[in-house]
Amino acid sequence: MRIQAEHLSYVYNEKSPFAARALNDVTLTVEEGEFFGIIGHTGSGKSTFIQHLNGLIRIPSSLKKRKKYKSDTVLRVGDFDLASPKTDFRALRRSVGMVFQYPEYQLFAETVFDDVAFGYKNFAAEKPRKEELEDAVRSAIEMVGLDYAAVNDLSPFDLSGGQKRRAAIAGVIVTKPEVLVLDEPAAGLDPLGKQEIMQLLHRIHREWCKTVIIVSHDMDEISENCTRAAVFSEGTVKYVLPPAELFVHTDELRELGLDIPLTAKICEALRRRGIEISCDFTADDLVRKLLARREGIC
Amino acid sequence: MLKDVSFGQYYPVDSFVHRLDPRLKIVFLIAYIVALFVASNFYGLAVCAAVLLFAIICSHVPFGKVFRAVKGVLFLVIFTAVLNIFFYNGDAVYWNAPAVLWEWHFLRVTQAGIVFSVFLVIRLVLLVTCSSMLTYTTTPVSLTDGIESLLTPLKWIRFPVHELALIMSIALRFIPILMDETERIMNAQKARGAMLDSGGLGKRIKAVIPVIMPLLLSALRRADELGDAMDARCYMGGKTRTKYKKLTFTWRDLIVFLLLAAMIAGVVVLRIYLGAPL
Ligand SMILES: Nc1ncnc2c1ncn2[C@@H]1O[C@H](COP(=O)(O)OP(=O)(O)O)[C@@H](O)[C@H]1O
Ligand SMILES: [Mg+2]
Repeated sequence: MRIQAEHLSYVYNEKSPFAARALNDVTLTVEEGEFFGIIGHTGSGKSTFIQHLNGLIRIPSSLKKRKKYKSDTVLRVGDFDLASPKTDFRALRRSVGMVFQYPEYQLFAETVFDDVAFGYKNFAAEKPRKEELEDAVRSAIEMVGLDYAAVNDLSPFDLSGGQKRRAAIAGVIVTKPEVLVLDEPAAGLDPLGKQEIMQLLHRIHREWCKTVIIVSHDMDEISENCTRAAVFSEGTVKYVLPPAELFVHTDELRELGLDIPLTAKICEALRRRGIEISCDFTADDLVRKLLARREGIC
Repeated sequence: MLKDVSFGQYYPVDSFVHRLDPRLKIVFLIAYIVALFVASNFYGLAVCAAVLLFAIICSHVPFGKVFRAVKGVLFLVIFTAVLNIFFYNGDAVYWNAPAVLWEWHFLRVTQAGIVFSVFLVIRLVLLVTCSSMLTYTTTPVSLTDGIESLLTPLKWIRFPVHELALIMSIALRFIPILMDETERIMNAQKARGAMLDSGGLGKRIKAVIPVIMPLLLSALRRADELGDAMDARCYMGGKTRTKYKKLTFTWRDLIVFLLLAAMIAGVVVLRIYLGAPL
């Protein structure tokens, strides 16, 4: 499903002293099949934007008439037109899975099985048969790299931190949504845990969910994993570029309060010593080019 | 959605009223309520209403916001009014021949009943408005500071004033946090297809579990963390603590104090000279 947003704006608590402008004229397109990254410092509107994608935040239909809300606001996810009040939000939420930040805090059921089954039962047109439900839950739990036989009967609160997060992700992908959106999926994990989660997401992207969107403020995470990335700042999209091009703008990124990826830092340091290397900013590519250069020199 | 609960929420602007000593504002509210009950006729209420109107204008809180608080108790107001119209027949002393306008079995509408219920409605509206003005113009923190300070004499009878104030301020502090949390959890469960706002009663109660469970756990976790944080800062209770913001009585408070005294005097005088509702 292709995601298309044009001139999307959003203000929290409008018309009160707490009003906070979170999105300001956002225009962004994510193609089907992408592993898309959204990056920006805290408060730049990333979470607000992604909550639009499955209708948790809606474009107020009555407000569309007001001139302040430009009537050229477009928000489409596949065939769903989210600016229309007639959208079937249940069907939309089935197709767009959303994993919130720290998803382990949304676990609630007595067993991991019940928790993962929650979404499946909710979205099923009629009560699913026992084997069908078991199949779906088993494959979701195995997809996130947990051992079904070992965990399905445990309380989700007895799992370790990383396992809880995996179980929570399983609870979202159990319906095999076409689009999977994750808000800071690796936040609060140790480096190894981060790496494992990213590998897991790639696997889900390959096998289950055609489009994956991740929100992050870690440049390395985005540059190493995404096909393209959007840089958010103060509610607007500053750039949408593939990682390699994105990091040509290192100075601008620093100005937006973002760190630049490690590989870009190394290239900068080399450049200061007069060694010019142009690479696509993956670690592999950098190493290859450095080796090639050394062989050329020696 | 959850943040639309407007009754009893601070309205953050800077104004004369906002800067008043919270103790004075609490005393003002109590005195105002007493005055409302001392007032025995519409002139007395008019004096009270004028003072409150003046306070609202000085506070820069928009009228719409103020009336929203009244809307919250609209049912109570209407209920009181209806009850009084039908059942109050006038006090024999002031209304020696109550004019009956309409009668049906035990229901009887008299002129006195109508006048009296209008009187009650105004009294109730003023009461609610004044109370909500206190919370609109005073942060929860200074409100508890004020209450603690006013209750200080109770320490003589070993009443745990400081602890009570601490409990109050923690509770007030965490209401918005837990409300945010609730909204976040509700969103997460809605994204998993939870139907939180449809279905019969049984279904709805069941639908609440996926929200309540994580919320309870999070409240407990926060309580634990807060306890640890207080321990880490060697919190020992009230005895040796000093205040970051000392409450002080200023010229502003003096003006309001005089105004309050004048209002009460006016209401008492009007009661003595004019008597019952006219
Ligand atoms: N529930 C909310 N109520 C009011 N303001 C909010 C809420 N959520 C976010 N905001 C405000 O909207 C802006 C964007 O927030 P958010 O989308 O969460 O940014 P990010 O995810 O990039 O950190 C911030 O200024 C934030 O304070
Ligand atoms: Mg966020």
